[in-house]
Amino acid sequence: MDFQQTDDRRLLRDTLTRYLAEQYPFEHRTQVAYAAPFHDPVKWAEMAELGVLHALVPEAQGGLGGTGFDITTVFEALGSALCPEPFLPAVMAVQLLGSGDLDPLLAGHRYGVGLSKVSVQDNKLSGRLSVVYGGGAAQTLLVVANGALFQVAAADAKITAYGMIDGGGAAEVFLENTPAKRIADHANLAQAMDAGTLALCAEAIGAIDASFAMLTDYLKTRKQFGQTIGSFQAIQHRVVDLMTEIEQARSITILAASRFGTDGQSRAISMAKSLVGRVAQQVSEELIQLHGGIAMTWEHPASHYAKRLVMVDHQLGNSDAHLTRVAAQYFKV
Amino acid sequence: MDLSFTPSELAFRDEVRGFLAGALPPTLAEKVRNGAALDKADFDQWHAILNAKGWLANTWPKPFGGTGWGPVERHIFEEECCLGYAPRIVPFGLNMLGPVLIQFGTPQQQAEILPRILDGRDWWCQGYSEPNAGSDLASLRTSALREGDHYVINGQKTWTSYGQFANKIFCLVRTATTGKPQAGISFILVDLDTPGIEMRPIRLIEGGHEVNEVFFTDVRVPVANLVGAENQGWTIAKFLLGHERTNIAGVGYSVQAFKQLRALACQPQTDGTRLIDDPLFAARLATIEIDIEAMKITNLRMLDNARKNGAPGPEASMLKIKGTVIRQSINDLARRALGPAAAPFPPDQLDGNAALVPPDHARNAMRYFNNRKLSIFGGSNEIQRNILSKMMLGL
Repeated sequence: MDFQQTDDRRLLRDTLTRYLAEQYPFEHRTQVAYAAPFHDPVKWAEMAELGVLHALVPEAQGGLGGTGFDITTVFEALGSALCPEPFLPAVMAVQLLGSGDLDPLLAGHRYGVGLSKVSVQDNKLSGRLSVVYGGGAAQTLLVVANGALFQVAAADAKITAYGMIDGGGAAEVFLENTPAKRIADHANLAQAMDAGTLALCAEAIGAIDASFAMLTDYLKTRKQFGQTIGSFQAIQHRVVDLMTEIEQARSITILAASRFGTDGQSRAISMAKSLVGRVAQQVSEELIQLHGGIAMTWEHPASHYAKRLVMVDHQLGNSDAHLTRVAAQYFKV
Repeated sequence: MDLSFTPSELAFRDEVRGFLAGALPPTLAEKVRNGAALDKADFDQWHAILNAKGWLANTWPKPFGGTGWGPVERHIFEEECCLGYAPRIVPFGLNMLGPVLIQFGTPQQQAEILPRILDGRDWWCQGYSEPNAGSDLASLRTSALREGDHYVINGQKTWTSYGQFANKIFCLVRTATTGKPQAGISFILVDLDTPGIEMRPIRLIEGGHEVNEVFFTDVRVPVANLVGAENQGWTIAKFLLGHERTNIAGVGYSVQAFKQLRALACQPQTDGTRLIDDPLFAARLATIEIDIEAMKITNLRMLDNARKNGAPGPEASMLKIKGTVIRQSINDLARRALGPAAAPFPPDQLDGNAALVPPDHARNAMRYFNNRKLSIFGGSNEIQRNILSKMMLGL
């Protein structure tokens, strides 16, 4: 038993954290996250260069990581800086492409992953892919149809890109007899969903930690009635409860990461997403409430963290959906 | 990052399991499983079994007859005891007074008292709380006035757990009234046979007798019974608080109670349906299971921390808060799961064919009410929040 990260992963975390602090400061983030193309292609290329994508890919496929803890290490750092770059579709694409060709991905080629139902005829796809994360920036779309995996060139599809309320981009993708390349007969969508969900849990933990640090700083400096508001017991007890829930959310994410690649993977990841989704919203709401009016302003970072923390529960299944998955196991008894 | 125990820790766990399978009397396990009240003979029997194995004093170093275990071994032992439905070790002599004497006692006190704790000749109880000194323990008023070679004690202690089984009590008493309240407190050992002591039972909410109040009227105690220096009691009390925190999260209790609850939910009810098939109930159950799984890891993270830093830090207060809330939530759901069948009181009156529910659920309502104590004792959860706010957040 040892809850310290390995030296390699600490190096990865520190490198990425330093890069984001120096090259992706908050003002820049807010600028690119809310204006097309809703990310920064130059920074994306730099981060690929830095090896962030390699960390998401197993060694056997040319990467340097790919385990549950590699994924969580990367996404915690991304979440802490509210980085809007499309790494979520990348981590899902890694799982979908499996033992296929990952060289383009490692070189920074951007994928979008379609999760909606579409129809297929003669290797041509028709249907609408809704809320495709990073869909506007994607060069290639991975689409599951009839259980098989297809690849669509973004240029061949009609794509309506848009920004999201918490920053970053998504798109509606319209396929009308769009030519597609069948790249696998069986698409391992469940695996991609699990990896993406684990990544989101870790991203939330990163954002939670940054939010909580911001909050406790504020409580120690903001004065009302002639004293810091952190000296009021009504506030202290709420913040302690928040801290306790945050540690629980961190613990369940550690458990989920440790189960990634094992039989217990899906259930542990659903447990994590359910708890993290609930705690992230609690942190968001307390972050706003305890900062008071200032957290309601666009200008203050708290408002952007608050949005991300709530909206993470809208991605790849919310708290209740994952709770239902956990509970569904009981019926099999 | 490695969440598993080492091979030697796993071997130890297997050793504990094997021991429990052979040594724990089924009658005792049955009582624990059913949540029945244990009497003095039950505890004495279990203590004697553990003592014979050399596993009774698991917070003491080896030279004093303890196991010399570190936090991980202690954790494994406690978890396995919970899962096997062993009675808990009564902590007052073994986990509280023992470590205090080893740290602050004279060699003579250690030599006289520790062996008597181990072999069960003495049963100690704790004289801390008073009617007007609960969370604000430092405001305690039971006084000990020096008269020659004796202290004369007057006052009242309360919430004295298992006082009805005890022949000794360790007390915090006031030996000075000047300066800060904390600076005038001493730690003293009292024989319950001393004239002037009266113990009265307190009947608890669910009908049981666990705690007592103790009245002291001109009780003369030899000065030699003082532990540490006069007015050093608060330091000792704080030290002891650290020892009270082993197994503070009670994860083993939660795991065990959850298992029982899940088994109950899988049984057909009187209308033939199973609770587990009700999506709302299943979701409530899943919510608790997730909390427990997270708590297991939180517990191990802090254990890893304690092993690296020597002692549990203030973060143990988080374990106390969340651990007790989880246990209470299981008790709550276990009571609700029974519907009208939770009502019979006392459940023992419905023997055999008249029983409404399996024997390990007959006391679910009693357990629910009794365990409301969890978030109150050992430093209320509100006091724990104060500690965390100050020590961890610096607010």
